[in-house]
This record gives sequence, C-alpha cells and structure tokens, in this order.
Amino acid sequence: MGVHVIKLPDVGEGVAEAELVEWLVDDGQNVTEDQLLASVMTDKATVEIPSPVEGKIIWRGANVGDVVSVGAPIIRIEIDGEGHEEAAAEDGDSEPTPAPPVETKPSGAAPSTPAAVNGAATAPVVVPKAAPSSAAAAHAATLTPRKEGESPLASPAVRKRAMDAGVDLRRVPGGGPAGRIVHADLDAYFESGGATARGSARIARSDVTEVLMIGLRRKIAERMSVAKSRIPHITYVDEIDVTALEDLRARMNAERKDGKPKLTILPFLMRAMARAIEKQPQMNALFDDDGGVVRRYGAMNMGVAAQTDNGLVVPVVRNVEALGLWECAAEVARLAEAARTNQCSREDLSGSTITITSLGAMGGVVTTPVINYPEVAIVGVNKMRTLPQWDGGAFIPRKMMNLSSSFDHRVIDGWDAAVFIQTIKGYLETPATIFIED
Amino acid sequence: MTALTCKLLVIGAGPGGYVAAIRAGQLGVDTIIVEAEAPGGTCLNVGCIPSKALIHVAAEFEKATHFAGDSAIGVSAGAPAIDLAKTVAWKDKIVSRLTGGVGALLKKAKVRHLEGRARFVDGKTVIVDGADSETKISAENIVIATGSAPVELPFLPFGGNVLSSTEALELTEIPGRLAIVGAGYIGLEMGMAFAKLGSDVTVIEAAERILPSYDADLTKPVARRMKALGIDVRLKTKAKGLVSGGAALEIESAEGVETIGADKVLVTVGRRPVTDGWGREELVLDMEGPFIRIDDQCRASMKGVFAIGDVTGEPMLAHRAMAQGEMVAEITAGKNRRWDKRAIPAVCFTDPEIVTVGLSPEEARAAGHDIRTEIFPFAANGRAMTMEAEEGFVRAVARADDHLILGLAAVGAGVSELSAAFGLAIEMGATLEDVAGTIHAHPTQGEAFQEAALRTLGHSLHI
Repeated sequence: MGVHVIKLPDVGEGVAEAELVEWLVDDGQNVTEDQLLASVMTDKATVEIPSPVEGKIIWRGANVGDVVSVGAPIIRIEIDGEGHEEAAAEDGDSEPTPAPPVETKPSGAAPSTPAAVNGAATAPVVVPKAAPSSAAAAHAATLTPRKEGESPLASPAVRKRAMDAGVDLRRVPGGGPAGRIVHADLDAYFESGGATARGSARIARSDVTEVLMIGLRRKIAERMSVAKSRIPHITYVDEIDVTALEDLRARMNAERKDGKPKLTILPFLMRAMARAIEKQPQMNALFDDDGGVVRRYGAMNMGVAAQTDNGLVVPVVRNVEALGLWECAAEVARLAEAARTNQCSREDLSGSTITITSLGAMGGVVTTPVINYPEVAIVGVNKMRTLPQWDGGAFIPRKMMNLSSSFDHRVIDGWDAAVFIQTIKGYLETPATIFIED
Repeated sequence: MTALTCKLLVIGAGPGGYVAAIRAGQLGVDTIIVEAEAPGGTCLNVGCIPSKALIHVAAEFEKATHFAGDSAIGVSAGAPAIDLAKTVAWKDKIVSRLTGGVGALLKKAKVRHLEGRARFVDGKTVIVDGADSETKISAENIVIATGSAPVELPFLPFGGNVLSSTEALELTEIPGRLAIVGAGYIGLEMGMAFAKLGSDVTVIEAAERILPSYDADLTKPVARRMKALGIDVRLKTKAKGLVSGGAALEIESAEGVETIGADKVLVTVGRRPVTDGWGREELVLDMEGPFIRIDDQCRASMKGVFAIGDVTGEPMLAHRAMAQGEMVAEITAGKNRRWDKRAIPAVCFTDPEIVTVGLSPEEARAAGHDIRTEIFPFAANGRAMTMEAEEGFVRAVARADDHLILGLAAVGAGVSELSAAFGLAIEMGATLEDVAGTIHAHPTQGEAFQEAALRTLGHSLHI
C-alpha cells in the first residue's frame, strides 16, 4: 500500500491560489480513476479536480471556503502499490501529479448587480421545502392527533433537533408507537413545509439558517463592496423613444436570412454605444485608482450581465468596435448559450472595459447599476413600455424605454455622462444614424 | 478592588453550577464561577458521595457481622471491628479526589474559578469577598446556583449533640444511641447505616409512614428491613426538644409524651433553598414559596439572571441541577433550548434501595390516565436468588390504550442502577412492547424489568 498525494494544480495563468468550494468525496471513500474529487474556484472559473489514481481517500487538507495555494497538498489517497508521498516531500517540483483537465464554468467574473445565487456551493444548512410532497401528505394521513394538552412524545434526540430547527413539536404529528414523534415524522414535517394533519397553521419561527459566503457569492460580495466603497457613483436616467428602433428591428427580424440570430435591442445598443465611445473615449476605460491612472482602451470589450442558475455572470463581447450588428447579435447569442450551459471559457468572462446590464423581462422603471470595478461606466436597460406621448396636438402611443446608467464621478463629470447618454439616445431614436458613417 | 467582566457568571460550584460553567466553557462562553467552599457543593462534600461511602462501609460491616455467626451460604469469619475515624479519612480522600477533579475540569474548560463569597450589587454586577481581596464582576448573564442547606428545627438547633447530615458524616465514633428526627430518605439512609454499624437507632416521624414521598408498596420492604435491623420506628410522633441536659429527647404521640435516651440526635426534616446571604435583596426576583421562580429556560424574573438547582425547587437532586446547568450554558451560548425532560429519576439508598422514574400508579390515575400496572418480584428472578436479594420487585405503569410507559419503579438490592434503563425508557417514549421486545441479559436483576413489562402486557414468562 502507498499514499498518493494530490496537490492543488495550476488552474490558470497567473493564478496563485484558489478557493475550495465543494468536496465531492468523503474521508474513507473509495474513488476510481478520473472520479471528480473537489471543486476549486479562482477569480475566473471553477475547476474540478479529478483523481489520477484508484484508491481510498485518507486525508482532505482543506475545508470548504478555504483558500489554497497552488501546489499545496489537498488530498491523500491510499493506493495499491507504491505511493509517492516521500518523493513529494523531498522535491515538490518534480511531482508527477498529472495536470488534470480544466473544466471551466461561468462564475466569478465581474458581476454588476447582485442576484440570488443557488447551487451546491451555497446550499443552506436547513431548508424546509415549500411544496408539500405527496409522500408527506400520505404520511400525515396515517397519523392520529394528540389529545389536547398532552405534551408531545419524542426521544431527546428528536426534541433537540426540533429545538435547533425552531420547531414546536406540539405541531408535529407523531407516527411512532403511542404517537411518538420519530425522526421520520420530523422529516415529513419539514418536507411538508410545516403543514400539520390538522391543516396549515402559521408558525412563529426562531430558527436561523447560516449560509456560508463562499464561491461565487463571496466573489460577488467582495466585488460589490469594492465598487460601492471606492467609486462615487453618479446615476443618470433618461427615457428613449424606441418606436422607430422597434419598427426597424421587427423588419430586420422578419427578413433575416437563415442562420442569422434573432435581433434583440442589445446589438443595437452595443453599436450605438460604440459610436458614442468614439466621441467620448473616456467612457471605455479602467481607472487604476491605486496607481492614479486611467487607461482608455481602444478595444471596446462590452460585458453583458447575465443571470444563470449558478448566479450572476458577465460574459464579454470583445472588440465591438470591429463588429457589425449581426456579428454582435451572433456573439451575444453564443455567450448567452455558453453561460446557460456553463460552457464559458475564462476568456469569455474577463477583460471587459464597459458593461451593459439589463433585468430583461423583469423590467423595472429605474435601476441604480453598480459599476463593474475598475470600469468607469455601466449602462442599464429598463423595460420597454407603450406610453402616451404628446406630439404637440394629440397624445400618441409610443414605445418608451429608460436607460439607467452609472458613472465613476471621479473621472466622469455629470455633464459628460449626460452627453454620453444623450448621444446614445440620439442614435437609438433615429436608428439609421447608427449605421451612417460620417 | 479588582474588576472583571465575563459573559457568564455562575454563583455556586455545586453540581448545577460547575456543570453550567464547564458546558459554557466548552462552548467558548467567557465564564467565571464563584464558590466559597470546595467545588462540588453539597453533593460532593457533604451529601451524595460521602453518605454513599458511609452506607457502603456499613453494609460491608454488617455482612461481616453476619458471617461471624452461622451464615446460610457457608461463609464464616471472626467478629468484625470498625475504626470509624479511618472510615472517615477514607471517605475524605474520595471527596477530595472528586472535588479536585471538578477543579481540573473547570480549568480544562477555561473557566475562571474564584474562591470567595458572592453578593449581588445589581442584576449585572456581583462583588466577591475573597480571602484577602475583593473582586467586582460585571456579567452579561448570571446563574444563581446557591443550593440548599439542612432545615433546622427551632426547638432542636444544630450544635452539641444535635447534628445535621453534614456533622453525622464526620462522626469518628459510633453513637451508642442515635435518635433521628424525620424519616425521609436522608434520615433512613443514615439511620440504617448507623444501625448496621451498631447504634441503637430510633426514628421519629410525624407522618403515618416512613418515606412519605414514596408510595407504600415501595417502602414496605424497607420498613421490614428496618425492623430486622432493630430500628425503633415511631410514626405519628413529634420531637419536642432535648431534656436531661441534652442526653435525652422528648417526643410526643397520641399515647402521650415520652423521653428517649439519645447520645446524638440527627435532624433530617428536609432541606431549604439558600436564598439569603448573597444579596437577593438587591434584586427583584419573583419567588415561588421559598424558591426562586424560574421559567422553562431557568430564567428568573430579571433579564440575564438564571437560577438552577435546589434554589429553584423540588426535586432537590444533583442530576436535575446538572441538566439545568447544561441547558442554561447552551442558552447563553445562543442555542435554542427549553426544559423538556419527561422524568427525573429519584433514588433512595436505603437497604433495600428504591428507585422511581416517572409516575406512580396513584399519580398516573390522578393525572387522568387510564392505566395498567404490574410488578415482577425479585423472588422469581434467578440472579436475585443467587445474591440473597429476593426482597423487592420492579413495577411498570403504562397507559392502557397505547401502552406508553408512564412510570417505572423498583425496590431491591442494587436497584439504583436500574435508574439508567428506566430513565432511558421514559425519556425515549418507550411502550411496554419496546421493553418486552428488548433482550435482557440472563442472569441479571434487569430481567425483572423486561418481565414487569411482559406481565403488565398480560403474558409474563416466569411467573
């Protein structure tokens, strides 16, 4: 028998450490070759570490949430035949641990608006589910209610579990002998969301569910704190008449060639922004506030905030200055699909110089977007609505949409911010101008 | 004056207080415990532990006395002798081992231990008068665990030949004639022990039977044994006071006034909570009779003030205080806890021993339960026969409809150890079928527990 040590592999260019976000195996578990052992997360991506050998896990060297240096041992596996633990101790660099294939997921990149994050990494400890299951309902049907005033019958372990969860056992029907409440009854009670055999009673709860701030959620929190504490935001909102744009978009979609993606507002906005940035290059910049320098970029790499099952991610459409409308649309469609299926590469999720955020169909009249630090501007799209507008003689229905945009007031004056949005507004309200070169 | 602050201050290092402090320390709560005497309280120093040591010695001595004659089991030995001073020294060694152990456990749990007498300044502040310094402690939470003390009779004040249980455990000579006022469990435990050691014991009890807090079925074997030991039991009789210059006790019954000779008079008429001498007058605490009123989290009526143990009422038992202490520690550590114990076992270390957990048949009926109850006698238990311990029985009380066990009791040699099984059964919500369906090792006295459950179900195997 020998011991095989797995160290945190080099998970990406320039990455010195990664956060352990999930263990996929337990101590003492037997694993096969290529079985996934753990997930670690860097600034840009989540990487799963597979086992290079077959054996038994005898040691796990980090807890979920720990930040581990690249090269640090994280797992020891007991294997048949000779291990390499001593060799590893003597000479870490000649360590023959095979570099595991790197699987990337959309995560951790530059979020611009906080949103609910689901997923295993942040799963709460106690989650009484809301929907009553049929099993629970069937269980409840077999129970006899206790006599009035009688204290509930349950073992000390069940009672402690109920107290820890803030559950009053008087409300839990018991299915054991003599109406005893057993663990299964408590499970059923949680499953039913607290419904009792007598019907749904509202319960005052005193439980506290701790959700560890790890993985993507922690990254989002850190980024938001930095953005909001360092950047004095100025938010500017104006309404845009998109009736003409919508007519054009409908026409182009109706006549689009096979293989072309359906156009949304987004590619038009991106092209309009690209034109506006040509006039105001200070908008497409990163402000290195520690170094005291603003770097204006020639490349217009536009981040597009997107909600996925794993949380908020910001895939980046690169070099919008060089893309046409249809190319923009194709790239947005590709990134949206990649984000949805967790197929974004690190490249897809980094390098933005300005960001667009939209709550999409959810809409809203106004938002106050948080700048994607260290960028200096973010443009937010609100929901389009048909509203009456006064044309001088009568009210006419027009398709109206707000843009809510924030700027880093240290480097962008309010006037310039307004000019930027007014320029975009001009392009969008008269969409032909987007495509007319001067 | 030194000033300290802490999250939890425990006043009194008896079983309740030291358990509260240790548990709180384990949970990382910054804790100070204050005690004027050795840690361990009444239980370790002058109660449970030393009395059990004396009872053990008395039983061994009595056994040896038994062997000096013609014993049925074929063992014979010479006439025994006892050096009670040596017995007391041996007992003191056990006590100091245990109290030292408590001190070490407190230290291990990182609890700060202050020697001295605590008195409240207000609901958040306590001053400790130590041997040579005063310490002011400001605490977020304070636990009052000041315990209890023997009740003194105004016409028989402690001192001289009138003893409380504390002094009785320090005697270095066996009193020739010992009068015991009060036939509760403390009086009988001590009385039977001294009778075995050779004292002429008279027990005076105002009620109409011994151990008035236990039901008569359970106390009858004890009464028989007392008679066999030659203990003179005077029921429905009251002590009046010392006469003849302290060498005799005047007693009064329906038959009139009588004087009985007594070298020592042991007064065991109960214990009172220690609710004075620590500044209760500085607080506004609701009382419940002589006790501090507490809710189901052991909270007293002032915010941040808890009370546990004997100072909070009956039953005044170390294991109740310990459970309360553990709960209070967890509450102060932020856990959601409430007193939800179903039963507190009670043991009487007489000969034979008595153990009760849960309800007696009368209590169960009074509580409105439709019950079934049966006993299984040790006379039908093989192991009991081999130990010359056929006296006594195990009794089960269960609900008639669903057979939930409401109460368990036993009287017999060594039955105190059955308290573990009894307590577990009731706390787990066992039914008669659960006990009947559990294999009990043969041959043990514990089989009588299973048989009692079987018999209550109506199909005993061995009777």
